[in-house]
Amino acid sequence: MEDLINLSFNTAKTHGATYTDVRIAKFKTQSIAIKNGKVEEILDSESYGFGIRTIVNGAWGFASSFNVNKREVQKIAALSCNIAKASASLKNKSVILSPVKPLKGNYETPMTIDPFTVPLEDKLSILSETEEIMRKKNGVKISEASMNFVLKDQIFANTEGAWIKQKIMMSGAGIEATAIGEGDMQVRSYPNSHGGQFITGGYEFINTLRLKDNAEKVADEAVALITAKECPSKKTTIILDGSQLGLQVHESIGHPVELDRVLGTEASFAGTSFLTPDKLGHLKIGSDIVNITADATIPTGLGTFGYDDEGVPAQRTDIVKNGLFVGYLNSRETAAETGQLPNGAMRADGWNRTPLIRMTNVNLLPGKPSFEELISDTKDGVYLETNKSWSIDDKRLNFQFGTEAGWEIKNGKIKRMLKNPNYTGITPKFWNSCDAIANEDSWIVWGTPNCGKGEPMQVIQTGHGTSPARFRNIQIGVGK
Amino acid sequence: MISKTKMEKILKEILEMSPADQTEVLLISQNSALTRFANNQIHQNVAEKNAKLSIRVIKNKRTGTASTNILNKSSIKGVLEKALKIADNASPDPDFKSLPKKKKCTKMELFSKNTAEYQPIDRVKDVSVLISKANQKELNAAGALSTGEITIGIANSLGVFEITSLTEADINTVFMSSNSSGYADSYAKEVRKIDFHKLADTASEKALKSIDPIAIDPGSYTVILEPAAVADMLTYLAFCGLGALAYQEGRSFLSGKLGEKITGGNITIWDDGTSPDTLGMPFDFEGTPKQKVMLIENGVAKNVVYDSYTAHKDGRESTGHALPAPNIYGPQPSNLFLKNGDYSVDEMIASTKKGILVTRFHYTNMEDPLKTMLTGMTRDGTFLIEDGEISCGIKNLRFTQNILKALSNVEMISEETKLKQASFGFCLAPALKVKDFNFTGVTEF
Repeated sequence: MEDLINLSFNTAKTHGATYTDVRIAKFKTQSIAIKNGKVEEILDSESYGFGIRTIVNGAWGFASSFNVNKREVQKIAALSCNIAKASASLKNKSVILSPVKPLKGNYETPMTIDPFTVPLEDKLSILSETEEIMRKKNGVKISEASMNFVLKDQIFANTEGAWIKQKIMMSGAGIEATAIGEGDMQVRSYPNSHGGQFITGGYEFINTLRLKDNAEKVADEAVALITAKECPSKKTTIILDGSQLGLQVHESIGHPVELDRVLGTEASFAGTSFLTPDKLGHLKIGSDIVNITADATIPTGLGTFGYDDEGVPAQRTDIVKNGLFVGYLNSRETAAETGQLPNGAMRADGWNRTPLIRMTNVNLLPGKPSFEELISDTKDGVYLETNKSWSIDDKRLNFQFGTEAGWEIKNGKIKRMLKNPNYTGITPKFWNSCDAIANEDSWIVWGTPNCGKGEPMQVIQTGHGTSPARFRNIQIGVGK
Repeated sequence: MISKTKMEKILKEILEMSPADQTEVLLISQNSALTRFANNQIHQNVAEKNAKLSIRVIKNKRTGTASTNILNKSSIKGVLEKALKIADNASPDPDFKSLPKKKKCTKMELFSKNTAEYQPIDRVKDVSVLISKANQKELNAAGALSTGEITIGIANSLGVFEITSLTEADINTVFMSSNSSGYADSYAKEVRKIDFHKLADTASEKALKSIDPIAIDPGSYTVILEPAAVADMLTYLAFCGLGALAYQEGRSFLSGKLGEKITGGNITIWDDGTSPDTLGMPFDFEGTPKQKVMLIENGVAKNVVYDSYTAHKDGRESTGHALPAPNIYGPQPSNLFLKNGDYSVDEMIASTKKGILVTRFHYTNMEDPLKTMLTGMTRDGTFLIEDGEISCGIKNLRFTQNILKALSNVEMISEETKLKQASFGFCLAPALKVKDFNFTGVTEF
């Protein structure tokens, strides 16, 4: 590998590069899904290749290939420089990278059991037994159970002297029951929707999920939702469960603090951000109890790693402190542009993509009351659980989320179930209405394995540590 | 790129090597490049060479699939062994009948040498047309131009053996002032057929016309949806219910409703991957020829699309809409068409006393697939129509709307159609004038 990397550096230099970095990576993936008593998917896949990023004449170029050999490395390094030269012919300013210490390092996701060593029949057995419990419930028409594992094995090096090896393992699993009847369709999932819960870690995590123990409850609730009362349309107090709140943090805080969006480079696709630089240190984005960090160092977070794809070490950054907006996620380039220090948020979803600013683990820090106290302290409201749909405008202000289930809260107690709940709001107003966050006993780092951004599209894994929280005077039941 | 000759050799070798009852090999080779610009300069410029080999084997009705992009002999052998091992562990699927047999595919010319050989400096020249216009109008342009070629080979042990090469060029752009924006896009097989000057004019005109937008109250409005917004809506409609898997599982809005009137009589929707008016291909990812499938005709639900698995289950023939195996979505429409009408967008505007013109939607998502309840935002050119004229730009609105109801309320359909990207392919859509469209919220810009 060292030969190939040095060859890429030398080739790029002869083509005018003033900076070069290389990533050589292999991705190994296993997806298993059981549906309605049958194997829906078992897929083992791998992807191997390299990408070379260069700066020539003050502009970026990037090229990549799946042919990992000397001749191809020379061709791709030259192509990357050729692309950079073309970029330079249409630039207003030169790329400047904020200086970082070139690091030599090695990081591996801590784990006990490598998922790829676990026999397929063991995984199928857990999934089949779990799925069968849901399938046997009257009214359940679709029952699904799945597991996913991804290993990213990568070397990063740059011409400043950085040389970093990383092995990052993602493990996840989930179950879902769909009830159909009376002209309606209702879904319940566990531990989360969209495939379940995901972490960085090994197969030992799967056993902690207790999928089988939760299958009956999931099936029961899906069926119960068919005859549940429709969520009313009104302004009320809502309590969001941790998984839904994780997505709320993701969409309304995580994306708007990506500095590339803020500076306009995602404008045509994902959009820009309401958190313009003049608001840094000035906008009260949330109530005093709202504290949010971006932290790539916490154990098991799906956005946990050793170094980002520019060789910047994983770190914790304050994003919101006592309700005040205080920090962005950045890259070496955007840090230099705005006078900040790089905070390690540049990641690519594969060897064939150039890195973008991505969320790490963007976490809402826990508050004081227990979850039970949060409920008992609420006279009238709705508890909303598990994301079903999500939508937010291109500056990340107006959002609307739907959840799988809702429950009335009356005089401090959870009462009857509500179906088709949704809620809407404007980001700063919403976070300023937060008056209670549950404590660390119910704080979980939820994994979002499918965050899309960029052109060509890149799908990355992010984490969101949250505990349930309460928001006042929120519009629910939109479109009823 | 992997040459067609080499691809043929790899496909044949794997089929010969496999001891399975049935074997399918899918090999995709692609070269692609993309130039991204924002703040009137290029900020990202990339190229990729990649491939994907996927092997599906069936042993006693047990299926295993494995894939790789490492194409040396030992890796290919290893992938086949992995697929066989997976099949050994899988439970038999009584609903699996067979992989498809060979059928004759339509010949289609899908390849443009110009697009395949487009160079970084060529893309810069095109992008500079947009940036020059933006500079001239004191606007800020962002967007992406991509060009690429792809060769797809699919073969199975029952005689299917298809290889085709195609090219595609895509451009999208947003022009922005300090408080407004305008959007334009184009998709073509031949990059030189894209009119970058026209795109720049469209995007700049929309951005300039919507400067200083006013806020209007949410509510029920007559709306004119331009083709990008219509295509977005149809994409979700297709994803939620126009494929046979969703239909068979009862989670499609069409389940049990084929033959019933579900939209206005002026709505006809079909899928046709072999039409020269779209960017299609002659066969699906099982090598079955793509057929034209009438989905909704004069408002009546007619059909869903099939792959071989779902077709066997319903005692039908595959319509050529398989995605690469294994896939959890089932067969999907990939080249949608909504029948055009007789009007121009100008005539639609002129006929509207009070309404809203929408350029495109943003971040749409289905809240209730069975009831086709969709939410999303407007974006990049939302205008108020008063007394038959566009009066001003308005701040973006959130809609929460039942799609089938919207398609039951279509008052006018444009004659002109435009090709737009959809989740699994493309959609050729006209503009629609729709009454009683529900806007449920407003944002701050």
